[in-house]
Amino acid sequence: MNPHKSNGAKKERIGVYVCHCGSNIAGIVDVEEVSRWAGEVLADWGVVVSRDYKFMCSSLGQELIEKDIQELDLTRVVVGACSPHLHEATFRTACANGGLNPYLCEMVSLREQVSWVHTDKEAATEKAKALLAGGVARVAFHEPLDAMSVPINEATLVVGGGIAGIQAALEIADSGFPVYLVEREPSIGGHMAQFDKTFPTLDCSACILTPKMVSVGSHPNITLLTWSEVEKVDGYVGNFTATVRKRARYINIEDCTGCGICEEKCPKKVIDDVFEAGLGYRKAVYRPFPQAVPKYPVIDTENCTYFQKGKCKACEILCPTGAINFEQEDELVELKVGNIILATGYDLFDARRITQYGYGRLANVFTSLEFERLSNAAGPTDGEIVMRDGKSVPQAVGIIHCVGSRDKNYNNYCSVICCMQSLKFAHLVEERTGAEVYNFYIDMRTAFKDYDEFYQRVLHEGVHFIRGRVAEVTDAARLPGEEGKLIIQVEDTFMGEQRRIPVDMVILSAGLEPRSDSTEVAHKFGISCSHNGWFIEKHPKLDPVATMTEGIFIAGCAQGPKDIPASVAQGAAAAARVLGRIQQKELALEPVRASVIAEKCSGCRICNDLCPFNAIGFDEEQQISEINPALCQGCGTCVAACPSGAITGTQFSDRQVKAQLEGLLAFATMSSEPVAA
Amino acid sequence: MAEQNGFEPLIIGFTCNWCSYRAADLAGTSRQKYPPNVRLVRLMCSGRLDPTFVLKAFEGGADAVMVTGCHPGECHYLEQNMKTLRRFSLMRRTLAQFGIEPERLKLVWASAAEGVRLAREIGNFVEEVRALGPLDWPSVIRTNGDGAHKAPPIIDVAPAEAGEEVPA
Repeated sequence: MNPHKSNGAKKERIGVYVCHCGSNIAGIVDVEEVSRWAGEVLADWGVVVSRDYKFMCSSLGQELIEKDIQELDLTRVVVGACSPHLHEATFRTACANGGLNPYLCEMVSLREQVSWVHTDKEAATEKAKALLAGGVARVAFHEPLDAMSVPINEATLVVGGGIAGIQAALEIADSGFPVYLVEREPSIGGHMAQFDKTFPTLDCSACILTPKMVSVGSHPNITLLTWSEVEKVDGYVGNFTATVRKRARYINIEDCTGCGICEEKCPKKVIDDVFEAGLGYRKAVYRPFPQAVPKYPVIDTENCTYFQKGKCKACEILCPTGAINFEQEDELVELKVGNIILATGYDLFDARRITQYGYGRLANVFTSLEFERLSNAAGPTDGEIVMRDGKSVPQAVGIIHCVGSRDKNYNNYCSVICCMQSLKFAHLVEERTGAEVYNFYIDMRTAFKDYDEFYQRVLHEGVHFIRGRVAEVTDAARLPGEEGKLIIQVEDTFMGEQRRIPVDMVILSAGLEPRSDSTEVAHKFGISCSHNGWFIEKHPKLDPVATMTEGIFIAGCAQGPKDIPASVAQGAAAAARVLGRIQQKELALEPVRASVIAEKCSGCRICNDLCPFNAIGFDEEQQISEINPALCQGCGTCVAACPSGAITGTQFSDRQVKAQLEGLLAFATMSSEPVAA
Repeated sequence: MAEQNGFEPLIIGFTCNWCSYRAADLAGTSRQKYPPNVRLVRLMCSGRLDPTFVLKAFEGGADAVMVTGCHPGECHYLEQNMKTLRRFSLMRRTLAQFGIEPERLKLVWASAAEGVRLAREIGNFVEEVRALGPLDWPSVIRTNGDGAHKAPPIIDVAPAEAGEEVPA
C-alpha cells in the first residue's frame, strides 16, 4: 500500500532522521534498525536518505539536515525524535536554513510516545517504525506555507482598574502608547483601595495606591472609562474592536469639579455593600471613597429619590456648576485596540455558605473584607476595632483561616493570601485593642520575601496559634465562662484534643473566588477558564500572563489567587508582553488555518454556527461561506463538518491525516502474522 | 510485544494538540508505562476529527479507535470538544450499523496535566479491545463485494442504546 500513489502525489524526495537522544530513545528503540528500515522499505514512498544520529537537535544534527537538503535535493524532512512541542521549531529552522520551506518538515515523537512509555524493546522498535511510516506518508502532502503577518494597533485595552490593571495601564502609557482602562465601578482602585494596611510591611494601602490612581487619572496616554463594561469584542490580535457600555453617571463631567456638595446634600442614605462591605453608608449620589479616581460621582438610580419618586433634585438645585444631568443616557463606545489585558480580579468567598461558622446569623462574625473596613482609618468606624454594636471593644478575637479554601466542599485550592492577611489582622487587633487573639489554621503558609519574618513577629507578640480546622462557631454556651460569648469548637491537632475557645469576635479569612461572571467574561474575550473558574494562562510556568488567544493577556487575581506584589508583577509582565507586540508593529501567526474552496461550497451554512471565533461569514452575493484567516484559530471543526468537503485546513488536511493513518497501519503486520487474517 | 494470548490489538488514538497530545508528552516525561498497541495522531482539536478518519482507521486494520480531547469546559477552542462529543455518539451508532461493536470507539477526556490518566485509559482500552477480539475489517470489506448477503455477520449488530453512557 503506497499512500502516495493512491493519492496521486508527485514523488517527493524525503529525508528521514532518527535521533538517539543519547540513550533516551536508543535505550529502548533500535534506532539503527529503524533508520535502516526506513531507508530501505520506505524508499518506495520517496525516502532517499535515512540517518540516525546521537542528538539531532544539536547544531551538528541540524547541519546534517541542512547539508542533505542542499546536496540531495530533499523536498521533505521527517525527524523521529522528541515531541514536536519541544523541537518542532528547531527542525523547522534547520529546514529553512537549508533552503526548504519550514512547514515541509514533520516530527515524529519517538521519545515521549515510544521509548519513555514502553519497556519491550522489540515492540517499541516496531511502533517506532509505524510512527515513522505515518510521518513519511503524511509529509508528502505537506504544503509550503508562509507565516501570516498582521499589523498591530498601538492602543491597548485594559479591563479592570484594580492594582494589576493600574500597573499594566501605567507601564504601557509611560512607554508612550495609548491605553483604554475600563472599570465597572465608579472609581478605579479595586480591592486594594478597601484595605488599611498591607502585609508584611504594614504600609498604608491608600498611601501607596492613591498616587498610582492619580497618575492613571491624569496620564495623557490613558483614557479612563469607569462605570463602564465591555459588552462585545470583535476582531483578532492586532485589530480588536471592543464595544464598551459607558453607563450614565447623570453627571456632566465637563462641568463637575468633584466638590462633593451633591453627595453632602443628598437626603438618601444607602448601605454600601460594595466598598464598605455592608458596614457603612453612602448616598444615592456618591463616590465610593474620597480619593476616588475619577473624582466625578454617579447617581445610583435604584436608590435616588428623583428616579424612584419623581421629585427631590436636591443635587441638581445645589450643584454650584449645574453638572447634574438627569437626562443622560448610556453610551456605547467602540474602541480599536491591538491587545487586551484582562485584570478583572476576584470575588470574596461567600462565608454564608459555611453555615456552621454563623456568618450572617451571629452578629459578631465578620468576614475578612469587613474587618479591612473596620480597621481602616477612613472606614465606617474610623479605624476603631469594635463589635457589631459599634462601640464594644472585643476582649478576645478568633481568626479562622482557610474559610472556603483547601476544603473539598467548597474550593480545593489555597487562596494564597489568607495566612498573611490573618497574621496582619492578628497584629492589628493585638496592637489596637490588646485583646487575646487566636489564629486557627491548617498549615501556616508564609512563603515569599519577609513573610515568615512577619509570622515570627506576630508569634512574639503573644498571639495564640491553634492548628486545626474549626468545626463550629456557636453562641450556645455549655461551660462556665461561655455565656454571651462566641464559642469556637476546634480540634487542636497538636494537643490531640477538642477545645472550646470563647471569644467576642470572629473574623473569617474568606478565600478568593473567580468573579461570578468569569465564565461569561472569558467567553466574551475568547479565552478559557479552568474548572475552578480562573482564567487559564498559556503556560502555567513559562507563559503565565499570555492566554491561548493571541493578543489577550491576563494579570492579577483573575488568573488565580495572589497577593499585591504578585498582582503588580503580573500587571507589569502583561504590559511588557503587550509592549513587545506593539514594538514588532507586525505579528507573525502560525499558518494553521481553514479556508473554503469556493467552487465546492454549496452555501448550506452548516459551518457558520460552528465557529466560536466568528471567523466564518456568509457572502450573500455569491451564496458561499467565507473564512476570515485572521480570525480563524485553526481548530478544524468546520473542516470536519463540511458535508461537501469544501473546507480545507492547512497542516491538518484530510489527505495529510488519512495518509498518516495509512502509514501508521501499513506495516502493522509486518513482523508477525497479520493481526486478524 | 508480548503475545501471551495471541491477539495484540492495534489502536489508533486521535489527540488534541493542546491537551491530550500534551498529556501523552507528560506520560512520557513522567515515564508512565502503557502498552505499545496505540499509535497516536495529532490534530489541532478533537473537533477536527472527521468521522471518515475513524472509518479509515478501521478500514486500514485498526481494531479500535480512541478519540481524546480536552475536558468539557476546558477546550482550547472554547467548545469544539462538545461537538466532538455529539459526533462521537453519532459515530458509535453508525459503527453499530456497519456491524462494528460501538465499544471499539472510545472517547477519553484528558487535560495536559493528565498523563497518568491518559496512560491508564490506554491500558484499560487495550484490555477492553483484547476482550472484544480482532476486528479484521479489511477482510470483511473484501468479502462483502459479491457475497455480502450470504456471508453471516461476523458480529451481532446491536443498535446503540439510547442514553448510552458517555465517558466523563
